[in-house]
Amino acid sequence: MTEANNHTPLLEVHNLTKTFPGVPALSSVDFTMYPGEVHSLLGENGAGKSTLIKVITGVYKKDSGSIRLQGKEIEPSSPHDAQALGISTVYQEVNLIPTLSVAENIFLGRQPKRWGIIDTSATIRKAQQLLETYDMHIDVSQPLGAYSVAVQQIAAIARGVDLSAKILILDEPTSSLDASEVKTLFKVIRSLKEQGIGILLITHFLDQVYEISDRITVLRNGYKVSEHLAKDLPRMQLVTEMLGRELLEQLAPQNAHITNQQDVYLHVQGLGKQGMMEPFDLDIRKGEIVGLAGLLGSGRTETAQLIFGITRKDKGQISVEGQTVTFDSPRSAIQHGFGLCPEDRKAEGIIGDLTIRENIILALQAKRGWLRFITRKKQEELADAMIKALHIATPDAQKVVKELSGGNQQKVILARWLVSEPEFLILDEPTRGIDVGAHAEIIGIIKDLCKKGMPLLVISSELAEVVDYSDRVVVLRDRKKVTELQRDEISQNSIMKAIAES
Amino acid sequence: MITKESVPSSTKVATSRVLPNWLRDSRRALWPLVTLLLIMFVDSLVSNSFFNIRVIEDAKYGNHFYGSLIDILKNAAPIVLLATGMSLVIATQGIDLSVGAVMAICGAVAATIVGKGIESPIPVPLVILISIGVGALCGLWNGFLVAFLEIQPIVATLILMVAGRGIAQMITKATIATFQNEGLSFIGVGYIFGLPVAIFIAIGVVLLVYLLMRRTALGMMIESVGANSRASYYVGINARVIKLSVYVISGICAAIAGLIVTANIRGADANNAGLYYELDAILAVVIGGTALSGGRFYLGLSAIGVLIIQAMNTGILTSNIQPEFNLTIKAIVVLIILFIQSESFRTFVGHRFRRTSS
Amino acid sequence: MRSRFFTIGATVAVFIVLYVVSWTRFPAFGSTVILSNVLYDNAFLGITAVGMTFVILSGGIDLSVGSVIAFIGVFCALMLRDNNIHPLVVFAMALAIGTAFGATMGAMIYYLKIPAFIVTLAGLFLARGTIFLLTTQSIGVTHPFYQQVYDISIKFPDGGKLSFLAMIFLTVLVVGIFIAHYTEFGRNVYAMGGNENAALLLGVPVARTTIGVYALSGFLAALAGIVYSLYTSSGYPLATSGVELDAIAAVVIGGTLLTGGVGYVAGTLIGIMIQGVIQTYITFDGSLNSWWTRIIIGFLLFVFIGLQKILSNKTFVDWISSFFRFRRRVPVQPAQK
Repeated sequence: MTEANNHTPLLEVHNLTKTFPGVPALSSVDFTMYPGEVHSLLGENGAGKSTLIKVITGVYKKDSGSIRLQGKEIEPSSPHDAQALGISTVYQEVNLIPTLSVAENIFLGRQPKRWGIIDTSATIRKAQQLLETYDMHIDVSQPLGAYSVAVQQIAAIARGVDLSAKILILDEPTSSLDASEVKTLFKVIRSLKEQGIGILLITHFLDQVYEISDRITVLRNGYKVSEHLAKDLPRMQLVTEMLGRELLEQLAPQNAHITNQQDVYLHVQGLGKQGMMEPFDLDIRKGEIVGLAGLLGSGRTETAQLIFGITRKDKGQISVEGQTVTFDSPRSAIQHGFGLCPEDRKAEGIIGDLTIRENIILALQAKRGWLRFITRKKQEELADAMIKALHIATPDAQKVVKELSGGNQQKVILARWLVSEPEFLILDEPTRGIDVGAHAEIIGIIKDLCKKGMPLLVISSELAEVVDYSDRVVVLRDRKKVTELQRDEISQNSIMKAIAES
Repeated sequence: MITKESVPSSTKVATSRVLPNWLRDSRRALWPLVTLLLIMFVDSLVSNSFFNIRVIEDAKYGNHFYGSLIDILKNAAPIVLLATGMSLVIATQGIDLSVGAVMAICGAVAATIVGKGIESPIPVPLVILISIGVGALCGLWNGFLVAFLEIQPIVATLILMVAGRGIAQMITKATIATFQNEGLSFIGVGYIFGLPVAIFIAIGVVLLVYLLMRRTALGMMIESVGANSRASYYVGINARVIKLSVYVISGICAAIAGLIVTANIRGADANNAGLYYELDAILAVVIGGTALSGGRFYLGLSAIGVLIIQAMNTGILTSNIQPEFNLTIKAIVVLIILFIQSESFRTFVGHRFRRTSS
Repeated sequence: MRSRFFTIGATVAVFIVLYVVSWTRFPAFGSTVILSNVLYDNAFLGITAVGMTFVILSGGIDLSVGSVIAFIGVFCALMLRDNNIHPLVVFAMALAIGTAFGATMGAMIYYLKIPAFIVTLAGLFLARGTIFLLTTQSIGVTHPFYQQVYDISIKFPDGGKLSFLAMIFLTVLVVGIFIAHYTEFGRNVYAMGGNENAALLLGVPVARTTIGVYALSGFLAALAGIVYSLYTSSGYPLATSGVELDAIAAVVIGGTLLTGGVGYVAGTLIGIMIQGVIQTYITFDGSLNSWWTRIIIGFLLFVFIGLQKILSNKTFVDWISSFFRFRRRVPVQPAQK
């Protein structure tokens, strides 16, 4: 770290506000970066991390506030513009061109030329030299796609830095790297630090945050929660700040379910997939809600996808009521009575162009097959009953689903599964991004289903909520199950402790 | 199941303009219908006899009606069939470029089997079934490439588009395979109640496909896969089978269209049967409001789209304008529709409009 | 990624096998006559295919080229019949028209975000329709310049001669290779076809490149139209329909990925030669009919598209290997039985 430079900030974001139609994404956020520092930006989904980056790099236009680069007010109009100003970004899914050679990727748009003709051998030579300063000795004439993500990322970093970057933004660079690759990357980051470049890092892995960061800023729901020097911030406090400690008004203790120990509905043993989720065990009994807690990127959604057959496991097995089952697609899981409300409601949940009625009966119809048609009359009955039971705010079932609010869309997805009379439901973030009224209603529905004896697996980053309804809580960290908390052990504190432990 | 009591009722029912279902669904039919009427009105201006229908006494095929309107319907029949299959394919975000070539293949198959003689060596219904079976096979091939090998639809169906006419020529031995059989030619030149048989076949197939789509869950699943394939996968719809089925249906429709065209000229012309028909069919589907990006499809409106194109063709033919204008006018219509459908263009125009009016 | 050389390797192999088979059957294939004839007969197709290679490399498609060739052919014939201007002036006008036409389509594709397939389909209609407005007859060209051009050639000792039209094609090919590999525009085309969003982030001028690619394709289609006019000494309204398919087939068989970003302009030459050799073989063998050309080209298209798919799709390779219950990753084989 070059101490001398530390007094003058490299980048100062002040009072930045950005609102999307109806949703505030950033509310007067401040953010300061110093040269030669690694500054981690942490927060859960919807915290505003990616919005902040996108405003800084010119993807979005800010509503108000200021961005100063070395004291000079800037307003980049595009990522290309930001790059010209000295702000380079490397994304997790590397934004280079896999079909072009490594050398060309590094020099695209500024290839060395002789008499206006691209000098291929000079391009290759220069790229080779450049990458050697990063300790990378590879054949740069090969297409980029032939190399691992780690190499691709370093190539992207090399390009960005070579374009006279003052600030390098790394957005989840380590998500698809293995341990040794992470080491290589960190070595590169450290050497860039020494050159006085400011590095903004986004990652979900707390260990890595502590290993590499000098400074940490935590965002939550579009607000800046805090800024600390990494060495002064205890892990527990970090997790608390990220997840927030909200006190629900009525934390009425869950009426202890009398769960019959013999009645294990779902038995998961050693289920896992290389590079995605470490093998884990999980039992869910009838009439029991198992909460799944962990930070973003800890493997919550991956767990749901493995159980539901969206991603194929390569280890372990699942049995349903004592019978071993193999799911090679959601279809086969659904045939066994499973249902899943996915995390990404718009892309994976609703079918926006279809009506509420069609969205509601779709899973049941798919389960029955296309020939055993549910008559229009029956469809309407089912849809109307659900609209009434779940209080879906719509004049009738013929409304197109994409016109509904988030909470009502979530209810439609719930209704879809309820109509299909499932034996087991997985809910991935069922209450994210929906209004307070609908929030309480959905929690009511979850509890109600449980009371009727249905086993449920609920993923949520809102700990107060998890504590409220869970009979047991499984805690994940870095794609691994770390612990399982029993009813009397569950509290926001204990969950956060489990997440924070290293 | 959920009971009502457990859920607090805090959300209000949104107040919006409530239209009865049938009106809401049929609103989109307005523009295609208006366009059709407008074009027919223009047609009647350029040709006085446009709406005239008279009875022709015909000893061979029976008395039948004659007039521009009948002509439009008859010429539209094969393309309506193609557009029906194409609507389903486009609804799944696909496209079937091979339908013209499949028409040629199936026509060639029927003409060859039925033979040169007056009597067919095998019963005519069987000839028709075999020809339709070949069409289904062609569709199966396209569907296999798209659904199982996951090749882009344009590319996948391009293969059969290129090879198809060659295959048809191989079947007809590079001649125009003419035939005498009355049974087979009836579907092209015959009349029922004084109207061309082809019209009844087209209406029948459209109805049949409509029932298959709307009285089973197939239609909804096609729309679901086309609108959001990932979400459809999550609810357990087998997108591969759905995609396979639409190409097979498209192949069958093309086969029937091929039979009509072949029967109409009593011969299979491998080079020209159904040439450029795929383009007309795609255009008709787009005019009918089915988006090329997939999702909802409208069989009836696709058929109206075909009638619009045919009314345009006939109008040009019966007017004093040279038939050479036909393609140009069609191209201009396509361009106008493209402009109107383009999101970027609409927002651009919208901005302009707002800017000038404020 | 051995796949990038694999497909072009397969193309060259197919060509060599076809040529050797033809040679053993018909010794005439041993002379330069055949090769020069193939180049002469397919010069207009080859020029079009070079343009198509750029379009496909950029991730697009251009269906309008067949109509543009016919339009330019008719345009040249009409201009020379009705006016007393030198053919070279007419050719310059033709090239300008073709380029402007292509650039307009490119602008529509980029600014209106309409799929290239649909825009160029409308272009196909429009160009062909405009011909019919000009004439419905075949118009002959009698200008002496045409004969002079025909007389230019390089003769080989064994009777073959490289015609002027073939020379134009080869020149276009060489210039095409140069543009593709040694100019910023060429590399931007590859970048855009590889990943348009990334290209945009890397500062590739996507608007300019898109318009440029279709302008280039339109220019080369117009040049092909001129060559076709010289080749047939006439303008015929119904000429060259379906040439777009032959051009696409040549590009794909030449090893260019239909999804864009990967391929070689030089491969397109081999794609053209493969088609030419098949045609020549079929003509020589009197018992085979011309339909075989289309079927074989369709089959080759399938094989090469299948090959591309397999090589670009890891999960598919995995799926195939799991299908055959291979434990280890097997070396990839072409999708032939």
